[in-house]
Amino acid sequence: MNRISEKLRKLSIVGAVALLTVASGTVRAEDTIKVGVLHSLSGTMAISETTLKDTMLMLIDEQNKKGGLLGKKLEAVVVDPASNWPLFAEKARELLTKDKVAAIFGCWTSVSRKSVLPVIEELNGLLFYPVQYEGEESSKNVFYTGAAPNQQAIPAVDYLMNDLKVKRWVLAGTDYVYPRTTNKILEAYLKSKGVAKKDIMINYTPFGHSDWQSIVADVKKFGSTGKKTAVVSTINGDANIPFYKELGNQGISAEKIPVIAFSVGEEELSGMDTKPLVGHLAAWNYFMSIDSTKNAAFIKQWQEYTKNPKRVSNDPMEAHYIGFNMWVKAVEKAGTTDPAAVQKAIIGVEFPNLTGGTSKMLVNHHISKPVLIGEIQDDGQLMTVWQTNKLVDGDAWSDFLPESKPIIADWTPPISCGNYNTKTKKCSGQTY
Amino acid sequence: MKLTGLGHDKTATMVLVALAAVTFIIPFCNLALPADSPMHFSAYTVSLLGKYLTFALLGLSLDLVWGYCGILALGHGAFFALGGYAMGMYLMRQIGTRGVYGDPLLPDFMVFLNWKELPWYWLGFDHFWFALLMVVLVPGVLAFVFGWLAFRSRVTGVYLSIITQALTYALLLAFFRNEMGFGGNNGLTDFKELLGFNIQSEAVRAMLLMMSGITLMTAFLVCRWLVNTKLGRVVTAIRDQESRVRFLGYRVEMFKLWIFVFAAMLAGVAGALYVPQVGIINPSEFSPLNSLEIVIWVAMGGRGTLYGAIIGAVLVNYSKTVLTGLMPEIWLFSLGAVFVIVTVLLPDGIVGLLRRRLQEQHS
Amino acid sequence: MKANSIKGYCRLAAFLMLLFSLASYGDQEVSTQQPLLDALNNLKQGSMSEREQAITQLAGIGQSSLGILQALLDGKLFTLKSDAKLVIGIDNNQGYDISDAVSGTALGAIERADVNKINLTNKLRVSLRKIIGELELSADDPLIRLAAVKAMGNEDDDAVLALLQARAGVEKDATVLKAINVVFLLKEMNSSDKAVRIKAIEALKEQNNLDVVNRLNVMVEKDEGGNYLETDVEVRNIAKAALIKINSRLQLYSTIETVFFGLSLGAVLVLAAIGLAITFGVMGVINMAHGELMMLGAYTTYVMQQLMPNHLGVSVLLSIPAAFMISALVGIAIERGIIRFLYGRPLETLLATFGVSLILQQSVRSIFSPLNRSVATPEWMSGSWQINDFLSLTWNRFYILVFCLMVFVLLLQILKRTRLGLEVRAVAQNRNMARAMGIPTAKVDALTFGLGSGIAGVAGVALSQITNVGPNLGQAYIVDSFMVVVFGGVGNLWGTLVAGFVLGIANKFLEPFAGAVLAKILVLVFIILFIQKRPRGLFPQKGRAADS
Repeated sequence: MNRISEKLRKLSIVGAVALLTVASGTVRAEDTIKVGVLHSLSGTMAISETTLKDTMLMLIDEQNKKGGLLGKKLEAVVVDPASNWPLFAEKARELLTKDKVAAIFGCWTSVSRKSVLPVIEELNGLLFYPVQYEGEESSKNVFYTGAAPNQQAIPAVDYLMNDLKVKRWVLAGTDYVYPRTTNKILEAYLKSKGVAKKDIMINYTPFGHSDWQSIVADVKKFGSTGKKTAVVSTINGDANIPFYKELGNQGISAEKIPVIAFSVGEEELSGMDTKPLVGHLAAWNYFMSIDSTKNAAFIKQWQEYTKNPKRVSNDPMEAHYIGFNMWVKAVEKAGTTDPAAVQKAIIGVEFPNLTGGTSKMLVNHHISKPVLIGEIQDDGQLMTVWQTNKLVDGDAWSDFLPESKPIIADWTPPISCGNYNTKTKKCSGQTY
Repeated sequence: MKLTGLGHDKTATMVLVALAAVTFIIPFCNLALPADSPMHFSAYTVSLLGKYLTFALLGLSLDLVWGYCGILALGHGAFFALGGYAMGMYLMRQIGTRGVYGDPLLPDFMVFLNWKELPWYWLGFDHFWFALLMVVLVPGVLAFVFGWLAFRSRVTGVYLSIITQALTYALLLAFFRNEMGFGGNNGLTDFKELLGFNIQSEAVRAMLLMMSGITLMTAFLVCRWLVNTKLGRVVTAIRDQESRVRFLGYRVEMFKLWIFVFAAMLAGVAGALYVPQVGIINPSEFSPLNSLEIVIWVAMGGRGTLYGAIIGAVLVNYSKTVLTGLMPEIWLFSLGAVFVIVTVLLPDGIVGLLRRRLQEQHS
Repeated sequence: MKANSIKGYCRLAAFLMLLFSLASYGDQEVSTQQPLLDALNNLKQGSMSEREQAITQLAGIGQSSLGILQALLDGKLFTLKSDAKLVIGIDNNQGYDISDAVSGTALGAIERADVNKINLTNKLRVSLRKIIGELELSADDPLIRLAAVKAMGNEDDDAVLALLQARAGVEKDATVLKAINVVFLLKEMNSSDKAVRIKAIEALKEQNNLDVVNRLNVMVEKDEGGNYLETDVEVRNIAKAALIKINSRLQLYSTIETVFFGLSLGAVLVLAAIGLAITFGVMGVINMAHGELMMLGAYTTYVMQQLMPNHLGVSVLLSIPAAFMISALVGIAIERGIIRFLYGRPLETLLATFGVSLILQQSVRSIFSPLNRSVATPEWMSGSWQINDFLSLTWNRFYILVFCLMVFVLLLQILKRTRLGLEVRAVAQNRNMARAMGIPTAKVDALTFGLGSGIAGVAGVALSQITNVGPNLGQAYIVDSFMVVVFGGVGNLWGTLVAGFVLGIANKFLEPFAGAVLAKILVLVFIILFIQKRPRGLFPQKGRAADS
């Protein structure tokens, strides 16, 4: 680090001297285990990701209070990839080569994960990814602690179909890979259940879409045929508030056309006027309102840590909670933080989740989770109205898409492959 | 903003020497020296410097249109991104059957979206020479059409700036659409090979750094030569007094057009060098904010000097790298403050300050 | 607004009924009181099935339980944590003012943490609404009765029909009677008698009613086997003719709706751009921090609501001057601190203000956290103005449209009629000459920038009612704002107004055909091409100032 700054100081001759001296002045304490936290703290994704940074700091803090790991203290290395996808890759490389972190906890959007993926694989690091995502991926170096489509979308549709007798479907999403994939899976799934094409309406909008007047009017028309209609929303963060406001204003209540969302959780709700949302649904693997001793303790700890008695917890936080503790267990089991050893050790590790079950790291690097469906209350909490009676295993490759149906991921011998075709018995798409 | 003078040449030479050092010594140290040698540079440094150099090239190309021709292009990032996409398409085609779904022809995202055949505009990108041609041709043609329309109808000043912004914004939205066939929001990623070499190997990375450095130096020399030719003089005159140049009988729009097209091509080349080094190209490169940042590099360095753009690009990006790691929570404060201070206190950018220093030393 | 007043009446009705039940409390025997207590006991139980049972029981009791049912639906029914007593609570900011659910006796104020709310699911809400509707069918206010009929109309239930039939016998109000009639006519469209069906269609085809459209559509549809669902050709043809007639009306209303959507989108664009039209158009400052000044306005609304949570409507109205002041002060600070050193170097204002925008964004992130803040919409701005089944205009959009026009007129008057306006125009036209005439240009610059920034703050108040209040609010609008100003012609307020509405309407008319993204791209391409045709926008500035 000093050397680079020397080099560049020559280059720059005069400018930004102050910055550089600060930069070369930092020496980080030795003899700690470093943990990278790669979440955007500025830019468009800061809204969601800052909380996860704080969660990680809290978890690391607590582990240190328990005596650290392998007799060493843990040290968080926080960087800001600033919602800039190439910067994610750069920062991941920085964390792995310069700071030599033992594991990285980070990313939110799929594109940020895709961006760091080659770096993590090249340098053989570990990434714990805490957000629900589209599946169709399983890397040797990544652990997916968020929900795969079969742990969120499919059960949600089942609930609507069986319990609310929904006959007509609006699949509305932001135009990027997660909604595209989820909707594709759902469309195939709905058709397999006998829903006609004319009873499915698919709509995509750009990120941050704020003018929903026409689309909501369309949904209203689509839902006015007398058949029970529901909206399955994969609309991303920022676009949700204007969407729900418009729904409320155009008189679409949850009783008429319920909306089930996969990206609206307690934290998003805390930034919304909940009046127009009451009764709409969300599907997650964790709700803050879950009544369990572990959850109560976690919420108490979180509110104390953030010094905010009103601070809410949410699903990706729980994913980090599980992921971090699984990593700790795996390191203890392996007796080292060496990524290769941890990769082997972590498979099969079990850790109690906050909803009362015990999640397990599966051979495909996904974890088992319960699926909960909740109705939004006016206090911004989600009340469980339905839940799976046992944990659902995350499936990396959807069974409802023809091209990924024969593919499985299994990181234990003899297969040891994230993209194994059971028909051709071949492992493809791997660079190692 | 005089172009001649001792101070100017001296700095330019210094910048060139520094560039040459980065270009040749660092890759050498990275490849030839053992990892524990004190002179060894890590792959991280190499990829970082490679990225800075492509940004410097981009800044240089903007300085040509803004610093010398007076066109404040707020959409210059579009040409960079187009060059990047052209290179990305080549790299995508090189994946072949090693993709997730193992389709020999179609990239993964197309298989996924149920595309049955390769769209026509992807044809030819399996050849490196064709991709290289497109790297300059696509930005060049777009710049030509856009510039021809705009300069001919004498769109100037803020109107021009804002419609260049509209251009890049429209492209951002367009590339965002999955129907376009460029991978939507995720863009193009998961590259494996460049000309048959593993793109993640140290040697390729060092070579890319070297290529970026050589391209940058060449471009710098060419631009310097260009602004000192008659064409360059006329262009500078257009910047200072457009109507007078027109009254003198020059076809202003043609001069502007050629500079604009040339700069767009340079930006395209920068993009093409950038993509294999960062491993991803996606629509966010088109975002108006990115283009604005380029303007800021140039202004920070000192506009209308060429090397100022290089210094500015490297410095701003380096401080970004350092600050986002060092003070992740508050780095925007310092970056914002730096912008404000530099514009208010250093009207000619860092280079202006530098030049004043040198003049003081001489007198 | 209508919904609001209905709710008000409901509350009044509930209150009256409570009074009534209170008055008759003493006479009641224990036996009539018992079912109510049983039902309430069930209600207190945790599970939803028990609650469902309780609701049915309460419905059976009749009018006297209406107050409790309404409170339950409104989320105002609680149990005390101390003794599990059922109470109705009215929010008073710190906690709740509670009263006994059975007797109605006021029990004073209580902390939020001391009560448990009785939750509902959608399913229960639907049945509650229906029950309340049935109970309200004999309410005194015709508006409540009308709403009740409409709520019940969709039910294919003989009991409901019987209730309506009974009501029709005694109903005096014409509109309510008509609504009941429509329900019966819709039923008659299913009649086995061909003549009855035809009569029903003829009677209904003048109605702007979506149920009628749906029913008619079913008549002309084929089932899976390829046979018409309506077997009779004559009826089918009459249905088709009726559909054509109704559809042409539908078309007209949907065009009106699209125009309204376009105007309201345009109003948002104009509001966002008009402050910029002053700082950018009149002063030549490329203010990249304009979006962040709007963000400050939106956050002001949030803070105002935190300060006076019991007066939502007033707080929003008061936010307008507050946001104006705050953004204007920040604007003046920016002008005095930075921009005044940069006059004559307009492009460099871009860099400096970009730096300012980063700082403002990060400040908000540090002060208010990076999360979005929740800004509530006052009652009078929620919901929509239901003109008929085919056309409704949302109130918040409507008010924003009006608000936008008011701001525009006010601004125009300031520039035209006041001394400041005169000086601003003079400085904009010829700075040196103005200074020579004794105009304090520095002061005018500061005030102009303050005015533009203040308007941005006011725009932020409007935006807080339709979108996220978060650190990214400004960035989302800055590019669009510049487009609007340039498209309209820099330095021309009318241009900004027309440009905003034109772009809004164009966008909304393109959207149904092209989709939201493509529509936006097409609009951008249109702007680029338009500027080629008219290099100085819609309303070009004339004279010498235009050349500089």
